[in-house]
Amino acid sequence: MLAAVALGGGLGSVARYLVGSAVPGRPGGFPWGTFLINLTGCFALGLLMVLVLEVWPPRRYVRPFFGVGVLGGYTTFSTVTVEILQRPAGLALLYALCSLAGGLVAVWTGMSIARLTALRLRQRSHRQRSHTQRSHTQRSHTQRSHGEAG
Amino acid sequence: MVTILLVFAGGMVGAPSRYLIDRFVQQRHDSAFPWGTLSVNLFGSFVLGALVGAQPPGVVMTLAGTGFCGALTTFSTFGFETVRLLEDGSLRAAALNAFGGLALGVLAALAGYGLAVHLL
Repeated sequence: MLAAVALGGGLGSVARYLVGSAVPGRPGGFPWGTFLINLTGCFALGLLMVLVLEVWPPRRYVRPFFGVGVLGGYTTFSTVTVEILQRPAGLALLYALCSLAGGLVAVWTGMSIARLTALRLRQRSHRQRSHTQRSHTQRSHTQRSHGEAG
Repeated sequence: MVTILLVFAGGMVGAPSRYLIDRFVQQRHDSAFPWGTLSVNLFGSFVLGALVGAQPPGVVMTLAGTGFCGALTTFSTFGFETVRLLEDGSLRAAALNAFGGLALGVLAALAGYGLAVHLL
């Protein structure tokens, strides 16, 4: 369990480092890198948690590896608080509010997409099942009446 | 390449530390409030603030700052737990977790920074 969390955490941290260095940003300006990392990570965790808790059958290592490890290691809180400290008051407040609001909306969007998709898939398989059931009963009905006629 | 390995190594220690601290804290109370995540986020903010204040060599900063502190703290679980509180109708707890958590985090980072600058 701890090994899955550790491996995921290492991979998530490297992903954070790579995305952070790829996103251009002026030192002292709006921290777009961290902002983008946390938003995408929040979205992915929203998706994952609905799948793990509400859709998929229980699987032992999925949440420790992807949730606690990869996404926990990918997103970061300490960088946000230090970046807030290093910005002038107005920009710091803007960054703090955008991170909070953006993170919550991203989690919620991920959760909603996962729930809607799961619902659609369930409805479709339900429709297909009732459709095949209907054609089965029709067929046996026709067979029976043919048999009676013969 | 060395940088990536350092970040990986720091993350490999940071994430399981978060898991263990979170479990330790969550076992010691039975409210729905996510004290565990708050604890790691405050602790990690304090350590990263101290590192920024201490201005260690780049290698240490990459390993302990980017790797360890980055993985020790989490924004995704913080956001998810806040949304969960909202879904449960605990509006006050959600607002307290979101705004209080971030404000305390900034204070923790400031405390770490101040302590490091003062001591060194």
